[in-house]
Amino acid sequence: MKINDVILKTITKAVVLIIITFGIYLFFSGHNSPGGGFIGGLVLASAFVLLFLTYDVETVSEGVPISFKKLSAFGVLLAMVSGLVPVFFGQPFLSQSFGYFDLPIFGKTELATVTIFEAGVALTVVGVVVNIILSISEGSNKWKP
Amino acid sequence: METLIILLVGVLTAVAIYLILSRNVIRLILGTAILSHAVHLLILTMGHLKTGDVPLLGEEAETYVDALPQALILTAIVISFAVTAFILVLAYRAYQDLGTDDLNEMRGVQDE
Amino acid sequence: MHLLIVAILIPFLAAALIPLLYRRLGNLNLGWFVLTVPIILFTYFASQIPMIAGNETITASLDWIPSLGINFVAYLDGLSLILALLITGMGSLVTLYSIYYLSPTDSLPHFYAYLLLFMGAMLGVVLSDNLLVLYVFWELTSISSFLLIAFWYHRKNSRSGAQKSLLITVAGGFAMLAGFLMLHSMTGTFSVREIAVYIMQYTDHALFYPALFLVLLGAFTKSAQFPFHIWLPDAMEAPTPVSAYLHSATMVKAGIYLVARFTPIFGGTAAWFWTITIVGLITLFWGSFNAIRQTDLKALLAYSTISQLGLIMSLFGMGSAALYFDIADAAAIYGFATFAALFHLINHSTFKGLLFMVVGIVDHQVGTRDVRRLGGLAKFLPVTMVFAVVGSFSMAGLPLFNGFLSKEMFLTATVNVMSMPAFGADIIGWLIPVVAWTASVLTFVYSMIIVFQTFFGKFDSKRLDRAPVEPNIGMLISPAILSIMILGLFFFPNVLADNLLAPAAAGIVPGVDAAVTIGPWHGFNPEFFMTVGIIVLGAALYLLLPRWGKVYNLLPSNWSFNNLYTKTLSFTEGTSNRLTSTYMTGHLPHYFSYIFGFFVLLAGATLVFTGALNLDSSNDQPASIYEIMLILVMAGAAIAILFAKSRLSAILLNGVLGFSIAIFFVLFRAPDLALTQLVIETVTTVLFLVCFNYLPEWRKEYTPRRTKVLNAIIAIAGGLTVTLIALSVNSVDLFDSVSSYFEDSYELAGGNNIVNAILGDFRAFDTMLEVLVLFIAGIGVFSLIRHRVGKEADSDENQ
Repeated sequence: MKINDVILKTITKAVVLIIITFGIYLFFSGHNSPGGGFIGGLVLASAFVLLFLTYDVETVSEGVPISFKKLSAFGVLLAMVSGLVPVFFGQPFLSQSFGYFDLPIFGKTELATVTIFEAGVALTVVGVVVNIILSISEGSNKWKP
Repeated sequence: METLIILLVGVLTAVAIYLILSRNVIRLILGTAILSHAVHLLILTMGHLKTGDVPLLGEEAETYVDALPQALILTAIVISFAVTAFILVLAYRAYQDLGTDDLNEMRGVQDE
Repeated sequence: MHLLIVAILIPFLAAALIPLLYRRLGNLNLGWFVLTVPIILFTYFASQIPMIAGNETITASLDWIPSLGINFVAYLDGLSLILALLITGMGSLVTLYSIYYLSPTDSLPHFYAYLLLFMGAMLGVVLSDNLLVLYVFWELTSISSFLLIAFWYHRKNSRSGAQKSLLITVAGGFAMLAGFLMLHSMTGTFSVREIAVYIMQYTDHALFYPALFLVLLGAFTKSAQFPFHIWLPDAMEAPTPVSAYLHSATMVKAGIYLVARFTPIFGGTAAWFWTITIVGLITLFWGSFNAIRQTDLKALLAYSTISQLGLIMSLFGMGSAALYFDIADAAAIYGFATFAALFHLINHSTFKGLLFMVVGIVDHQVGTRDVRRLGGLAKFLPVTMVFAVVGSFSMAGLPLFNGFLSKEMFLTATVNVMSMPAFGADIIGWLIPVVAWTASVLTFVYSMIIVFQTFFGKFDSKRLDRAPVEPNIGMLISPAILSIMILGLFFFPNVLADNLLAPAAAGIVPGVDAAVTIGPWHGFNPEFFMTVGIIVLGAALYLLLPRWGKVYNLLPSNWSFNNLYTKTLSFTEGTSNRLTSTYMTGHLPHYFSYIFGFFVLLAGATLVFTGALNLDSSNDQPASIYEIMLILVMAGAAIAILFAKSRLSAILLNGVLGFSIAIFFVLFRAPDLALTQLVIETVTTVLFLVCFNYLPEWRKEYTPRRTKVLNAIIAIAGGLTVTLIALSVNSVDLFDSVSSYFEDSYELAGGNNIVNAILGDFRAFDTMLEVLVLFIAGIGVFSLIRHRVGKEADSDENQ
């Protein structure tokens, strides 16, 4: 699908950056305020969807050389492996732990293993959503009746 | 408030069922999407509405609304998106292979 | 883990190894690997004999589902040991025989895997103390039997024979399971030994007799008792080693084992005594009567097996009477039948296994087993002929062979029971020896048919496929071992009797001294004259067979049980097919209306009839004006979708719904949901629009008015049901919310966002599975698009 629209393309460039930043912010803030893996992932995915809608698939694929299929698989794997680690410490599958550390720049910071799990969730969401949209538009081009 | 929302859920469910029973695939998919809207509202209402503040402990309110239905709905929203996408693609592939979007013309194998 | 449990598991493990070994070893050597399994197991079980002979038992336990009282308890006593030795011993001989019998073109890995599966399952049956475990193994033997009968599945007869055996034995198994559950509900345990202890208190229980008959149904179907015997002749489509192993020596003995195992529980009642004795005797007579008319040697052996199983069955029935008597002497007289039954059980396995192997050799060497085509083979197959003589004469009950001893004991038992002062046996008991004697005469006749019509008489090479020669020496080893055993058991029966039969009999009829010293000569008693009569009359009947054989033509062919089975089967299939096709129309909208219709009926009816309906809205929060407006907008948008003329307007209206819900989430203090809903709604709309590019525009639907009205009714009823249920739930709080636990999320999970803490920490498992579902949906979409399920793929599937 080709939409030749200079204004859209120009705005998209700026907006996508904002959306991605917002998505990452949402992802990290999820522990204490609204946000988290699902929402962050969805916002990130919507940024990519906007890119694909504005530009064509080929252009974006060159600019963002990520295989979203593999990304989603990696996300699932990350979530599962993060759950398996506590098993080796005698904890039940998927138990999370957290602690507070003094880091140089950030001051007193909470670090929680749940972030790794959430990262897996977010990556899966991004991968799956983009992959679905991509598959449909690609497939449609190939097999138009 | 709750009663009104429940009535709205009823209307949404009825519309969704009517759409699901129709012959057109797109109407069917719309029906499932609306049904999931109805269910989300229903789950939220079942946990009682507006009984406290936003479930963020940073707000330091005295009471919070029930967070469990919210967690349930959050997962349900994402899953229903995935399912909608899947049926949509199924419909699209069925149209390509069978040349129809009419459910009455899509018949199962006679032998089953 | 106790060695006893390991012994049950070994065959399963070996079966699992076969696919791997097959690659390494190839077709022929596979049999030798398999052979080691039963030999090792046989050695293990044989080493237990001294302990069992000392009247000890072994129990080994492994927890399975402890909360349901289902534990894997293996129990070894005399009875189990006899069966275990038969299973592994015959298993060794049959495996050895099969190495030479099967052709390399057969699918040997399958054959041996099924055989090992059966071996393990059968060991499980005879060693399980827990009834449910026993049931599982029981059905597993039916399944492995099914697979083995259908081994040459390209033949139609094999398939139908396998189906028949499966249907009958599994149906019986179900009945047996129901009986087990009844026993459990009476006594509260699944352990056979414990039930035997407690059952005394429940003999008047309403479930006692139903349980008795259901258990017997399982035993009778498995052991091919009249009128369920019809599956066994058809099971002869299996390769001959299978027939020798499953369908004469072991699996069909499972029913007999069950009867023996349950004698301490049900024995001493008239129902148990008469049912088993009568069914056994009818089977004995009917089997031997029908065996004579068979022209296929394997079919003849099948009927002969049925008949012999009936004999053993009736002996256990008669033996159970011993539990009725309190006086030790009286009990011992009737308990003797149990002892005889065990002896004949072993003897039957030896001579019937041998005869199957002989028939297998004949079939293998000349290509037919039809007695009308065979004759005069003694010249060409002298060694095989000797085996045939040993087997047949033993079956006929002639001296020098073990069958003579147990046949005599059988006759003694029938004579004993004639005068038994219980169950009315002293009035009609005289029928028992008469039937037994008649059947024995017929047994003599068909035993002679096997030997004389095959190996003697006129030889005609034109009627045979191949010129007869003795088979490979390997094929003769197993029959030779069995022949030696047949002779050995005649001369030294008491080695077996003291070490195995006596402890086993003591377990079946506890407290009764059933064991005797077995000997060939007891003076000129009634049994002696009966045996003489059998031989004289049998020989006469055999010689006059051409004259009286016509009697079989008098039997109406339409009235057989086989016919009944076929009719029932085709009737059931036809009816269910017609019934199914009335509602399985293939139209998706129809199925949806069933689903929603049933939802309305079931949920609505439950709501109304349980009195749960409750419309109380006094706890409601007040509604603000914009909330009411939002509700009206949503209701309006939803209804407008129904009348949307184009799909674009429909999808936009759906968007209105989605975004309105997002606003609701804001109003209802759910910021996470609002964010998610906003993004999802956007992506979903994009998704719809992308797909619309490739889907046809809406056409006018020509739905009949009637369907539309019906759909509307279902839809409105569905909406109403949901509303009423929700209102009822909203009216009362049945229990407190669990959510207060999650409000400690900062202490428990270190997060201030409760929703997020639930997702990532408290209920992380749910989230993980959900991510997995999401991933699968993504893969599904991807593969639907990429992989074309076109005409080519269709034709592949249909092959």
